[in-house]
Amino acid sequence: MTRFVLHRIGQSLLLLLLVSMIGFALLHLAPGGPLAQFALTPGMSQEAMQRIAHQMGLDQPLPAQYWQWLRRLLVGDWGRSYRDSQPVLWVIGSHLGATLELMASSTLLAMILGTGVGVLGAIRRYSLADYAAMVGAMVALSIPTFWFGLVMIYVFSVRLAWLPAGNIATAGDGSLLDYARHLIQPCVVLALVTVATWSRYMRASMLEVINQDYVRTARAKGLRQLQVLVHHSLRNALLPMITVAGVQLPILLSGALVTETVFTWPGMGRLFLDSLGYRDYPVVMGLLIFSAILVLAGNLIADLLYVVADPRIRLT
Amino acid sequence: MPLSETGDLLRVEGLTVRFGAVPAIEDVSFALRPGETLAIVGESSSGKSVTALALMRLLDPRACSVSGRALLRGPDGRETDLLALPERAMADLRGRALGMIFQEPMTSLNPVHTVGRQISESLIRHERLSPRAAAARAVDLLAEVGIPEPARRASAFPHQLSGGMRQRATIAIALACRPRILIADEPTTALDVTIQAQILDLLHRLQQETGMAVVFITHNLGVVAEIADRVVVMYAGQVVEDAPVAALLEHPAMPYTAGLMRSVPRLDAALHTGRRLLAIPGNVPDPRQRPAGCTFHPRCGHARPDPCLRARPALEWAAPDHRVRCARWQEIAA
Repeated sequence: MTRFVLHRIGQSLLLLLLVSMIGFALLHLAPGGPLAQFALTPGMSQEAMQRIAHQMGLDQPLPAQYWQWLRRLLVGDWGRSYRDSQPVLWVIGSHLGATLELMASSTLLAMILGTGVGVLGAIRRYSLADYAAMVGAMVALSIPTFWFGLVMIYVFSVRLAWLPAGNIATAGDGSLLDYARHLIQPCVVLALVTVATWSRYMRASMLEVINQDYVRTARAKGLRQLQVLVHHSLRNALLPMITVAGVQLPILLSGALVTETVFTWPGMGRLFLDSLGYRDYPVVMGLLIFSAILVLAGNLIADLLYVVADPRIRLT
Repeated sequence: MPLSETGDLLRVEGLTVRFGAVPAIEDVSFALRPGETLAIVGESSSGKSVTALALMRLLDPRACSVSGRALLRGPDGRETDLLALPERAMADLRGRALGMIFQEPMTSLNPVHTVGRQISESLIRHERLSPRAAAARAVDLLAEVGIPEPARRASAFPHQLSGGMRQRATIAIALACRPRILIADEPTTALDVTIQAQILDLLHRLQQETGMAVVFITHNLGVVAEIADRVVVMYAGQVVEDAPVAALLEHPAMPYTAGLMRSVPRLDAALHTGRRLLAIPGNVPDPRQRPAGCTFHPRCGHARPDPCLRARPALEWAAPDHRVRCARWQEIAA
């Protein structure tokens, strides 16, 4: 078990290194660069530009720049934002809470809905409800997140004026209710894709389980239908879903990026897009590494949870 | 005739199961007396398992239609038709009055729950035991079915037990609430021969102790000779012979039964006379296209165009407790 975890952590570190290299290279290959904003400043001379570039270390060859950045990262110095000179970790930290709240609430919503829809589709296979869920999932997966968000805003904020169109809270109103009203729309929008995927996987997993011999044994014991469903079918069908949840994490993160932008939610996703616009390299790289760690850790936790949940699996 | 007069515990009448238009079993009837062991014998796809599942009402009602009657005499002498009960009332009987064990011990236990828990579930459900009392009773039951170190095994998961141990555990589950009828669907087929004998002994011992009746489904006539009081032979979804075990083994009236007996491997015969096994030629017909006339006639050495191809023979009384479905049984016996 310990060996497995150490092995996985080692693998993850290698992967992180690769992600950082590719990210760094792509970022610097993109046209523009942090100096572009200074170029527009009236009266900026060529010499001044070069001086700034030298100060920021941007005049060095790319591998050297990467090495510099990596060396600092390894000792815990994630750099400072070009925009406001705040430490990158502090900037990320100040946006982390909003993103985690959004992701957690939408994941919870998606899992409850997705499990329900999936189980229903499996036990009422080929019923009207099953077909409706199938079509619904296809539509949900086909709708672009940003478009769905805009439609939501148009309907619920503009036309009906039930919910705020964006942001995390009304200025001066710190109540939980106000927060919840702001959360509803981004949460639903972000959950949409996850509900669709989760319910399809859940249905397939459940279908596989309900025809197993042990479900028949449970019925032969005279257990109530609900008991058979929960303890002898759902319990087993949820096992592979742990892996699905792990795999869904990056999709959720990229979904959060779009959703936060549409709803001006002050989270990491919006920070990423803003920083990209400013060519704020340290923050962009920091966010990249941070989300990569989040995804890798999430998958490791999913694998470990699987061991806890399935008595047949023992890691050596 | 009411069950109280015939003394039967269970009487199945005209049991028919159709999957769409395809009949899996047709007009199956037999009776089971208290404490008796009834063997249902037949080749694969003869309808044995469907019969058992239909009695337990474990077939998917959306996939098939079940008709006929299955009358069960209750402890109070009242008759209940299992096939007409509402699902809730049937669930009350399953695991309590009727226990069932299945063919595959490898797959019939839930891999994510401990063996003990899977036994205590029915005790909690039917006997309203507390979880703690049920867990203690589960350990007793494991000891009863001959599992060593029962307390430790109760907290084991199915994959940690051998096939034979698992089958003992499924027997413990089926017998947890002391059912009056145990339906065993090929309980030894998936096991090694030595383990088979142990499981048969165990079932026999438990039957002696509890006085339950057993419906034992098998394709193995050797097992039948060992355990059965009465035998129902099934072929292509129908009962073709029904007799006490001695009568059936000594004077099988149906050519199919005789053929089954000739195809049982016998060590002594092979050693002393050099006689080879006589297999019944051909296969059980596909339920979708069973032959006209007697369903067995294409494989039967005694078949004649008249009467065997003309009409499906009826189940006739060959003796007061011996039924046979063969148009020529009297000629063949003579």
